[in-house]
Amino acid sequence: MSDQDLHRTLGLTDHEYKLITEQMGREPNEVELNMYSVMWSEHCSYKHSRSALKLFPTNSPRVIQGPGENAGVVDIGDGWAAVFKIESHNHPSAIEPHQGAATGVGGILRDIYTMGAQPVAFLNSLRFGNLDTPRGRYLFDGVVGGIGGYGNCVGIPTVAGEVYFEPCYEGNPLVNAMCVGIMPTDQLVLGKASGEGNLVVLVGALTGRDGIHGVTFASEELSEESEEKRPAVQVGDPFVGKLLMDATLEAIGKKLVAGVQDFGGAGLTCALTETASRAGTGIEVDLDQVPLREEDMHPFEILTSESQERMLLIVEPDKLKAVEEVFGRWDLKPAVIGKVVSGEMVTARYQGEVVASVPAASVAGGAPEYSPKSKEPAYFRELANYDPLNMPLPENYGEVMLKLLAAPDIASKEWVWRRYDYMVRTCTLEGPGGDSAVIRIRETGKALAMSVDGNGRHTYLDPYRGGMMAVAEATRNLSCSGAEPIGITDCLNFGNPEKPEIYWQFSQAVKGMAEACRVLNVPVVGGNVSFYNEVQGEAIYPTPVVGAVGLLKDPDKKCTTALRRDGDHLFLLGPQEVSLGGSQYLKSWCGKVSGSLAEVDLEAERDVQDLIRDLINADLVQSAHDLSDGGLAVALAESCLSGRIGAQVNLAPSDYLPLALFGEGPSRVLFSVAPEDADRVSQLIMEAKVESSKIGIVKGDALIISHCDDIILKLEVSAMQAAYEEVFSCIME
Amino acid sequence: MKFGVIVFPGSNCDLDSYHLVRDVLKKEVEYIHYTEKRVGRRDVIILPGGFTYGDYLRSGAIARFSPVMNAVAEFADKGGLVLGICNGFQVLTEAGLLPGALCRNHHLQFRCEQVFVRVDNNSLPFTLSASLGKVLEMPVAHGDGSYYAPPELLEELKANDQIVFRYTDQNGDVTPQANPNGSLENIAGVCNRAGNVVGLMPHPERAGEKVLGSRHGLIIFKSIISYLTGREVVRNV
Repeated sequence: MSDQDLHRTLGLTDHEYKLITEQMGREPNEVELNMYSVMWSEHCSYKHSRSALKLFPTNSPRVIQGPGENAGVVDIGDGWAAVFKIESHNHPSAIEPHQGAATGVGGILRDIYTMGAQPVAFLNSLRFGNLDTPRGRYLFDGVVGGIGGYGNCVGIPTVAGEVYFEPCYEGNPLVNAMCVGIMPTDQLVLGKASGEGNLVVLVGALTGRDGIHGVTFASEELSEESEEKRPAVQVGDPFVGKLLMDATLEAIGKKLVAGVQDFGGAGLTCALTETASRAGTGIEVDLDQVPLREEDMHPFEILTSESQERMLLIVEPDKLKAVEEVFGRWDLKPAVIGKVVSGEMVTARYQGEVVASVPAASVAGGAPEYSPKSKEPAYFRELANYDPLNMPLPENYGEVMLKLLAAPDIASKEWVWRRYDYMVRTCTLEGPGGDSAVIRIRETGKALAMSVDGNGRHTYLDPYRGGMMAVAEATRNLSCSGAEPIGITDCLNFGNPEKPEIYWQFSQAVKGMAEACRVLNVPVVGGNVSFYNEVQGEAIYPTPVVGAVGLLKDPDKKCTTALRRDGDHLFLLGPQEVSLGGSQYLKSWCGKVSGSLAEVDLEAERDVQDLIRDLINADLVQSAHDLSDGGLAVALAESCLSGRIGAQVNLAPSDYLPLALFGEGPSRVLFSVAPEDADRVSQLIMEAKVESSKIGIVKGDALIISHCDDIILKLEVSAMQAAYEEVFSCIME
Repeated sequence: MKFGVIVFPGSNCDLDSYHLVRDVLKKEVEYIHYTEKRVGRRDVIILPGGFTYGDYLRSGAIARFSPVMNAVAEFADKGGLVLGICNGFQVLTEAGLLPGALCRNHHLQFRCEQVFVRVDNNSLPFTLSASLGKVLEMPVAHGDGSYYAPPELLEELKANDQIVFRYTDQNGDVTPQANPNGSLENIAGVCNRAGNVVGLMPHPERAGEKVLGSRHGLIIFKSIISYLTGREVVRNV
């Protein structure tokens, strides 16, 4: 194979190959070309997304570390910081769901403790095809098992998530894993190889042949041949992962390390070139010192292996003994593989010979930045012009409600989350099942609320509004628990960006998200882009997923979705404009994904969130639930279900009842108030100039919805419960 | 009164027991590393939950060979109180300090949920503050919690009143629906013949604060404290 063929096989274009020779000042050898190939993959270099991502606001007075490091760091007061990030592991999970998902969790875990933070919670966002095929059920079951298998074993609770099912994800499921950690702000460590003469130390699992070119595999479309790439999927060992986490945090806490970097995509190559380029130093390594799992590994395999559970430490020589002691307590043996040198070259020796010598900054950051062509897809206007209000009226709204509650998108996900340990560490004040999870911080007496959200259907129909709504909904979930949103991390799942229609979806969605972040005043502090989510040329719905973290100063004030007491008043807050376009009703009842989304008024969104937070913190709110899939009717049902109590509601006069009941729109919150507080709340709403109406009361053991004095829906809470629960047990067992 | 919490490689509920004893019960507590050959001067040793050695091979099967386990056996032999929770229970059965075995859940899945357990022996240092038949709400979180004992052993356990906790419904009735893992006769926890070593799959240390959903687990710790008060025996093993 000539060099030219080789670079193409490795996923580099002729143009990129030419750039490499220019930046190196010579032709790369085979090992060097492999290093460039993994680091210049889309997964590592963000070459198609970088220009658009610049739109995101990444700063606020709280931000300590924005994008570019292993995870974002945000000040939460009292000398403490929250550290969080979300990342995709879609392609590996499509091929080997259990290990693909498990290593996704392991990878995001390392990103958090690499910064010096104690991980305190996992979240995840999942998408699958329909569950009516054995393959669909296999992927779903495997991914859930893999997430639990890793998270449960390392002892970090999995506290929140979301799962949706659409045919477009059938061959290309989405597995986005998020981790949140906390740390004293002065414990922050960066992934920098600073200090000439410092030792470069590798610790953790042995290096094997697993995961070689995993990032390259992640940067191309899936096809029938993808099954052959099973060896590109890594295998996780959560037991070693747990030991490595504890020992690394102890070493960081004792100030024994000058820099830390985890091994993720692109393995040793990434760890060496990124740490060197961030510090503006060089590194010399001896590959013979890397502890191997298999014999006769080629230098390029050692440099690009994605074997899991490994960390790179930069250690001052006189602290090596202390580092060895810390890791030795858990039977982990750090190996000195090289040292930090002056200059800017990463040089690797193998059996005495130099096998690679590359400029660190070029490998880690020299990939070209593309501005892909963008074109509005033909479907966009066609679907937007569809008018859902022409659909025939259902005869029985109770039947519609039960069908929606039993739709896998909406039905109780208890079958999923009871397989996750969501309580370990005894800090989970609110676990899965609500709008957001709440984790207490023992050290400060405050708490973090967290939520993960994204709606591919919405973003498909209108990427710009869909992007705005993803940010709005994730932060609204936090506000409904009483927490102030302090930052988001995003996982952008899209098809092949080299197709103009896909890039249009991407750039529109990013634009919408950025706009929402600006108005809602919440910075993006890190994230991940996953392109090439396509099978046989068919792309998934554009699916930006937003992980949001909020600060709850007084955890005792936290609010949940559960209605509480007979006689409490029900309020609906926010703009009244809704749409059935892209709604759950249209999908589950009419079998259509079409129409246009309701308008998003970000100023109104901000006012609604500010107000509900203020009301909660003034102890005036008994329950709060954001309105999303299934609109007002489903939000009412969910609030009844979590409170095990009924409600009586009067709808405002409407010409088309499905719209009033099931229409979806942003910026809406359903909340309940004790009768004695109702006047005060009405007054505060008026002063805040936020649209709102009193829609009913909490009462009895049935949900009764009336319209112009006619009862149009009456369902016992127990009947809704029967529809809502056990859906997955029936499908899966 | 001194508590010790053993930390094996892969223990992950060590923090939870430690926190409960120190911050909620306000008693002295220290971690004991698995490589220690002695447990020191203690009144109670807790083997916490987790995935010792990744639960590879079989839950608890490798941890029982840890150096510290000889000292734990000696401590138990001298009458010291030993409490094994979840994975700690598994380690104690593997070590032969408790009878029976814990197998894979009958549905083959990890299961994290609130359950009810009934106190079937309230004459132990771990249960004396509970009335007989008291129903406690506590979480379980395990994949290998299906208790098994061969027929002769089961008869022996019954004859000696060694079945301490059973999974029941809210009213204290033993039903198949209340059994989260397929345990024989809904057994959730047992003790040794002498009654100073107890193991259970549910997590009392996760049910010690109202904000976490239940405080029923405290009754086990409060029993221990009230048993020990006034009769602290200094053992130095």
